[in-house]
Amino acid sequence: MKHTISVLLQNKPGVLSRVTGLFSGRGFNIQSLSVAETLDEGISSLTLVTAGDDNIIEQITKQLHKLIDVIKVIDVSETDFVEREMVIIRVNAESHTRAEVLRIIDIFRGKVVDVSPKSYAVEITGSVSKVKAVIDILKPIGIQEIVRTGTIAMARAKKS
Amino acid sequence: MKVTGAQAMMKCLEEQGVEVIFGFPGGAVIDIYDELMKTDIQHVLVRHEQAAVHAADAYGRVKGDVGVALVTSGPGATNTVTGIASAYMDSIPIVVFTGQVPTALIGNDAFQEVDIVGITRPCTKHNYLVKNVEDLVPTIREAFHIARTGRPGPVLIDLPKDVVAAKIKFPEPKPVKMQSYRPTYEPHPGQIQKACKAMLKAKKPVVYAGGGVIASNSNEELTELAKNLHMPVTMTLMGLGGFPGTDPLSLGMLGMHGTYTANMAVANCDLLIAVGARFDDRVTGKIDAFAPNAKIIHVDIDPTSISKNVGVDIPIVADCKHALAAMNNYLRTSADFDSDDLKEKHTPFLSQIDEWKKKHPLGYIQDDEKIKPQFVVEKLHQLTKGDAIITTEVGQNQMWAAQFYHFNHPRAFMTSGGLGVMGYGFPAAIGAQMAAPDRTVIDVAGDGSIQMNIQELATARQYKCPVKIAILNNSYLGMVRQWQELFYDKRYSGTDIEVAPDFVKLAEAYGAVGLRASKPSEVEPVIKEALATNNTVIMDFVISREEGVYPMVPAGKATTEMLLV
Repeated sequence: MKHTISVLLQNKPGVLSRVTGLFSGRGFNIQSLSVAETLDEGISSLTLVTAGDDNIIEQITKQLHKLIDVIKVIDVSETDFVEREMVIIRVNAESHTRAEVLRIIDIFRGKVVDVSPKSYAVEITGSVSKVKAVIDILKPIGIQEIVRTGTIAMARAKKS
Repeated sequence: MKVTGAQAMMKCLEEQGVEVIFGFPGGAVIDIYDELMKTDIQHVLVRHEQAAVHAADAYGRVKGDVGVALVTSGPGATNTVTGIASAYMDSIPIVVFTGQVPTALIGNDAFQEVDIVGITRPCTKHNYLVKNVEDLVPTIREAFHIARTGRPGPVLIDLPKDVVAAKIKFPEPKPVKMQSYRPTYEPHPGQIQKACKAMLKAKKPVVYAGGGVIASNSNEELTELAKNLHMPVTMTLMGLGGFPGTDPLSLGMLGMHGTYTANMAVANCDLLIAVGARFDDRVTGKIDAFAPNAKIIHVDIDPTSISKNVGVDIPIVADCKHALAAMNNYLRTSADFDSDDLKEKHTPFLSQIDEWKKKHPLGYIQDDEKIKPQFVVEKLHQLTKGDAIITTEVGQNQMWAAQFYHFNHPRAFMTSGGLGVMGYGFPAAIGAQMAAPDRTVIDVAGDGSIQMNIQELATARQYKCPVKIAILNNSYLGMVRQWQELFYDKRYSGTDIEVAPDFVKLAEAYGAVGLRASKPSEVEPVIKEALATNNTVIMDFVISREEGVYPMVPAGKATTEMLLV
């Protein structure tokens, strides 16, 4: 099963390779990974998406926690959480498809971030399923290039 | 007053209580060596950097503290990798200092440059590259703290040459505080209660003790618990000495080359109490058939060890010493605890164990012609009164030592358990001897593995280490040969090593003493002479060539499927 794990870690050289090395060394897989510093520039936040049965996920969270530079590990998919991914897609935009592309982007509340005579670069933000839906719809028109941030996630605050 | 990084390092090492450093100099650490000479810290010059790490490993094990190694950059650093990986697998606290090229040259493929922090990332508990001299002292303090606390392990510090030459004001000592590293020492009281209740209920409990018992110095607490509750104890290779090996409740070692009794007891127990052990494949064999009917209690300071290979019913994350003491305390005050009742309840199981012990004891047949290796180890045990520190190489020699030298005390058996390093035993013996100059230290070796670090004869001689090496010489790489005999139709591919040095002459070439025994009657006189010699001694025991280690559980089989002869 897919799990989204949020990790707080010391912002030091080599920390990311400790995390990725742990995954490759122990045969766990990473589907996506995204990392940047938090308000405290000494601490980074990392979101990774992985898959495995309960035993594997338990080992992954324990092993991550065991890394000396890791401060906190939360399997956010165990709780209610929001996840977002951003994607920039360069899609064909010839005269007969330019309007169609704009309509699709509008439906998905995307933005055009770069324009050329034969293409648009569009930016879409949303859940993994939304991003997939956009890609599926734009594919027949012709995707030239695609860049994704990978998922970032945050547990929802308690409502009461 | 300002000091150089190297001077600060020396002050810091003294502050950490370091008395001995095993090392080998080179261009990148020449400033450190220059300062080391001015201190009271004894430097032991090994003849290969791998040996420095193994020696530091065993030194730390005997002392119960952190062992220290110091090597130069590049090849000096890469040569330590095997030693570091071995210490990592066995959870041994060491700090390894490696030299590095000046910071300005890092990444330039400079002479003797290697990314040792990158190389050792997966086999250290933690590692550091110190880029600023201000970070040097805090890093060293943190490294020792990490190495010796929690589940112990190796920590490496990479020191660029310009960093140790730069000047700083020496920072005053202060306790290490780390936001992201706080091992759990105290057990959860609710879990202790659950575990104790399970122990009081069990009819056929077995304690399975691992290296964590040794690392946490909890042999007394373990012995108290096992004896009060009349529970038999089996030990892993790393756990030997954690419970007295000659005690009637001892089942000996379990697993691939464990005793028949230990494996049968585990297979038939209704409660398995794992203490500081990690359910290694050499212990469990086929996982599904390991303690199939038992509830499992697992005490370990490392949460990742729990339910990693085998599902656990009562997990206890804690230092073994704290957890065992908490159990003993709980039982002392528990109204349900009656030692005599438990003895009666366990009697059928304990009698069954006695039957197993009688049916298939560890054994061998010694004739008048060929020396049996087991006989040599038994004689070593007898003539040292079980009081020696034993180190081993890896393979048959290691298993015979584990089976036939009945360890009654912790920190008396040093072996490369997890990684299985041939060449560990001799440098380890030197490290152990440096830590305990008055003890008898014996390396039980094979003729194959002793040659992997034989150059350390010079180190042993230079520092007047009277270590004794007992080579069980069968002119084979014996353990692999045994597998080939059993599972590969005796195709001895690459395992016949008939061409070997004359070990007696080799010892003499180094100024050590060489002795040889070729007949059973010569074993005792040779050992006696070696023990009476105040010098490094090689005893070359020419043993029966195709003797095997038994019992043996073939890889991947259930531990009850033992080959017994």
